[in-house]
Amino acid sequence: MENFEFQRATTLDEARSAIGSADAGKFLAGGQSLIPLLKLGMASPDRLVCVKALAELRGLERDGDDVVVGAAMTHAAVAESDVVRQAIPGLADLASRIGDPQVRNRGTLGGAIAHADPAADYPAALVALGATVRTDRREIAAEDFFQGMFQTPLEGDELIQTVRFPVPERAAYAKFPNPASRYAIVGVMVSQSDGAVRVAVTGAGPGVFRVPQMEDALSSDFHAGALDGVDVDPGALTSDLDASAEYRAHLVKVMAKRAVEACA
Amino acid sequence: MTDTGIGAALRRKEDARFVTGRGRYTDDIDRPGQVWAHIVRSPEAHAEIAGVDTASAAAAPGVVAIFTGDDVAADEIGGLPCGWQIHSKDGSPMVEPPHPVLAQGRVRHVGDPVAVVVAESREEAKAAAALVEVDYRPLPAVASLAQARADQAPLVWEDAPANLCFDWEIGDQAATDAAFESADHVVSLQVVNNRLVANAIEPRAAIGEYDANADAYTLYTTSQNPHVIRLLMGAFVMGIPEHKLRVVSPDVGGGFGSKIFHYAEEVITTWASRKVGRPVKWTAERSESFMSDAQGRDHVTKGELALSADGTFLGLRVHTDANLGAYLSTFGPSVPTYLYATLFAGCYTTPAIYANVKGVFTNTVPVDAYRGAGRPEAAFLLERLVDKAARTLGMDRVEIRRKNFIQPDQFPYQTPVALEYDIGDYDGTLDEVLRISDWEGFEDRREEAASRGKLRGIGLSTFIEACGIAPSAVAGALGARAGLFEVGQVRVHPTGSVTVFTGAHSHGQGHETAFAQIVSERLGVPADQVEVVHGDTEKVPFGMGTYGSRSLAVGGSAIYNAIDKIIDKASKIAAHLMEASDEDVTFEDGTFTVAGTDKSVTLGDVALTAYVPHNYPEGLEPGLEETAFYDPKNFAFPAGAHVVEVEVDPETGVVELVNVSCADDVGTIVNPMIVEGQMHGGLAQGIGQALLEHCVYDDDGQLVTGSYMNYTMPRAADLPFFKTGHHITACTHNPLGAKGVGEVGSIGVPPAVINAVVDALSDYGVEHMDMPATPERVWRAMNGGQGGR
Amino acid sequence: MTTVSLTVNGDPVTADVEGRTLLVELVRETLDLTGTHVGCDTSQCGACVVEVDGVSVKACTMLAAEADGTEVTTVEGLSANGELHPLQAAFREHHGLQCGFCTPGMIMSGLDLIRRNPDPDEHEVREWLEGNLCRCTGYHNIVTAIQSAAAELGG
Repeated sequence: MENFEFQRATTLDEARSAIGSADAGKFLAGGQSLIPLLKLGMASPDRLVCVKALAELRGLERDGDDVVVGAAMTHAAVAESDVVRQAIPGLADLASRIGDPQVRNRGTLGGAIAHADPAADYPAALVALGATVRTDRREIAAEDFFQGMFQTPLEGDELIQTVRFPVPERAAYAKFPNPASRYAIVGVMVSQSDGAVRVAVTGAGPGVFRVPQMEDALSSDFHAGALDGVDVDPGALTSDLDASAEYRAHLVKVMAKRAVEACA
Repeated sequence: MTDTGIGAALRRKEDARFVTGRGRYTDDIDRPGQVWAHIVRSPEAHAEIAGVDTASAAAAPGVVAIFTGDDVAADEIGGLPCGWQIHSKDGSPMVEPPHPVLAQGRVRHVGDPVAVVVAESREEAKAAAALVEVDYRPLPAVASLAQARADQAPLVWEDAPANLCFDWEIGDQAATDAAFESADHVVSLQVVNNRLVANAIEPRAAIGEYDANADAYTLYTTSQNPHVIRLLMGAFVMGIPEHKLRVVSPDVGGGFGSKIFHYAEEVITTWASRKVGRPVKWTAERSESFMSDAQGRDHVTKGELALSADGTFLGLRVHTDANLGAYLSTFGPSVPTYLYATLFAGCYTTPAIYANVKGVFTNTVPVDAYRGAGRPEAAFLLERLVDKAARTLGMDRVEIRRKNFIQPDQFPYQTPVALEYDIGDYDGTLDEVLRISDWEGFEDRREEAASRGKLRGIGLSTFIEACGIAPSAVAGALGARAGLFEVGQVRVHPTGSVTVFTGAHSHGQGHETAFAQIVSERLGVPADQVEVVHGDTEKVPFGMGTYGSRSLAVGGSAIYNAIDKIIDKASKIAAHLMEASDEDVTFEDGTFTVAGTDKSVTLGDVALTAYVPHNYPEGLEPGLEETAFYDPKNFAFPAGAHVVEVEVDPETGVVELVNVSCADDVGTIVNPMIVEGQMHGGLAQGIGQALLEHCVYDDDGQLVTGSYMNYTMPRAADLPFFKTGHHITACTHNPLGAKGVGEVGSIGVPPAVINAVVDALSDYGVEHMDMPATPERVWRAMNGGQGGR
Repeated sequence: MTTVSLTVNGDPVTADVEGRTLLVELVRETLDLTGTHVGCDTSQCGACVVEVDGVSVKACTMLAAEADGTEVTTVEGLSANGELHPLQAAFREHHGLQCGFCTPGMIMSGLDLIRRNPDPDEHEVREWLEGNLCRCTGYHNIVTAIQSAAAELGG
């Protein structure tokens, strides 16, 4: 891996100026997405600014009707948080199935969503729960945040601070993991709030997406059987070594049903 | 009497260092003044090399030297030799192309080594390697057997028309054809045996070190057989005489066949160390392992079984295309021939067998032995055919096997495909596995699973393997270019402790413990007074190493025979000490006694006398150290019966293993704990082949599954606890009665898994399922597709 | 270069590292603690697992610079006064290792599991080992060893 300068930021200002003065700086939180990329030579920053310890990026709390999770909180912290487990157990469950235990001990919410891997788990949660990403300069709705494969609207020096998850009436995640990488071949998060249902799918396409037909069907009848008549078009789905688009389309339906059942 | 002898579940001596992090693997070794090598590898599957520009790389920080194929040629470094020559059915020898350690004008698979950069640090070598500019002129590639065998296919080697290395046959074709003509039933199957990557968790590594004062070399390498590497590299590649070349294989982190072979990096580091005058170290990154470790399996086969109306097997006919990769790896040609088609009798009395195997070159990584090596491929075909025959004839799967088993009173049994089995009891292992798997209770479990919406299936395989390839003269007649004996040297020290030097190599098998138990049993010395030394050509007289489940049957027998010599000599010394005649002295539990008297001396007394020979038999040499070279009279034939039970999720096609049971006849068991561990490991790899693992190249020869991100290794959650059992018949022709255990799982379990999956899907009309039975394949098969993905 | 100060197996350590230096490189190459292994380059195999501030991490996917100020424990730091840690002893007793290469990572991972879940059932152990590959044992005896050690440690 090419060399770079490592700088640990202790304040937000320090982090901003460290990134601002680098030619091609990158923020580093848990490094579980970034370090593998560096090893593959797919990123070659001249400076990494470690933001893991910044107070603004930490914390995990209930705030009215929302749960607010700091960007530097690890997947393990989210999975084990009493706040999350009580308010949005489906989110804790999702976090408990990211990667493996060691990845969960280091990897962070902010790092995962900034990377925007199309097979990552968190995007399904953010979109299904209607979360809002708060950066050091703005708020971005989850659906605007994930713009396709590894694409987000983040500017190079923009830092995710928190993610605000509205607490749903119920929500659950069903995952069909890639047998090798443990990313999602298909992951479906279903949530219901005030009668409105959201179904968000990760892994199946070039980015997270919602399935309006499923949402309509579930809005009128929140049972797995309501999805029997809904078929997913494989046309826009990913076809690769791991699964064909047809199989992914089939799995979206199966996983959606299982997520609905898990909501009960 | 020691309690550390044969049969004791002794805890392993070697574990003390492994559990504390004090193991010493090749990459843990650093030599003074060491520099690092990084190999520039071809990103093309097939290309001419129009030029290699090393100028900017040479100017990079830390670079010591850069070598290319031209430098190798200029120094007259030879190519990697192939250790087994096959002859085609027309009598012609196989096509044996050169295998240069750095490419000479053309690359033939992704990962083919092109140049080596030597630098002060690993990072600098790697960074500079990225600056080596190779001008590749891509050529059409053939990545699969189908591509390579197509009309007008591009050629991997111009002197191998139709990409054929050999077109080999075994068995009586006319008799087999006649059997098919008279048969009441013929069942046939097309099967693919999926390509696998061995993936020992320790990546390969090598350190070459040249000592100018002694004009001698040392190679530290991750090898299963350091003496073989010394012979091949010294004699055939670099022209270094054995006394000037030391090969050390320290702790090795798993092999599974992939570390048998002589690899380019061993030559490159050794040769480069002389060129640069400093030790040169190379350690593979996992991505390099995927494109440079020899891979396994990769057959396409049509098999046919002829039966009489009552289910008696009459004939077996097999046509196999076997992928050899772009070059012949050390033992590549032996695997789909003598280690494969000679096993087609299986446990059965099939009277007529004919097999034709075509060895095919492709633009892929070379293929060679991987745990089981040929025998899993044979067992898979046979046991799938037998299951299909049972279904076709409406016979019980257990009964059709029993009906055709070779019976205990038929041994020694000459098969129609060269082998003579010495002993076995196939009903015995079958009975045992049916018991431990509760085969009879299956229907209840199927119904219970159905109530949960799951499709439950059960599958069986009964199989044989051949281990400890031997004797050398026979193997030589079949094309082996090496001896297949083993060496054991036993040194009884003056105070009675013992050091054993073995040519076998432990890379997980626990030889330091099991071999000490043999000594303990026979000499009455506690196992903790026995040190087992292996893995260093300077310490061990000679050896052929560890592969093909041979260590105990061949290496253990060599130790056994050396102990015979020790006891023989020690008895003479004891007789002298007790003033008795040699014939009256007996030895038991470490003590020599004179029959009919109360006279006795211990082995310790005798050992001390041997080294302090004051009162000593006239004409007898001092010392108590003996060496045996043991060349077995025949293969050993472990056999077994495996039962697998699965539950298929009909919505997703996911196959869950709910019961994996095996009963094996591995011959004499020295350490039951280690034997069970070997069975577990083989089962896991066999299950990996059946359900998870698949090495895939795209049509252009690019390796698609080049990392653990897309090559599925079995994980803990993919596997259940295993139920293991035994039904032992001792091998008749080696002194231990040992057969071999390293490969039984990987041979026996894949067909049992697939038989279980096909059974689970029987209501869907599924007759066959290729490996790995991935969820999508199963789902497609249930939905009327052929499961082609 | 960055100077890092940390505690490794109870001993204070100060070293100059490059930004790109991985924790596993610091441990293996600078500190010569070669019990921690490298088996892959994609953060999958877990041969490199060590403990940092009480949780298991993959030392191949953490920068040495990130370990500044932390307490790191490697497999070499587990046994005290020549006595094996109960988990090490359990791996030996239950034949939870063959070639030994994955073993340090397995032990360090198992330690984290037992701390979080003192009485893990078979399923929980198998799920926890998602990030640790073993090619020799089929995991059977590793699972047994971890469960047995958990019981020994008072789960």
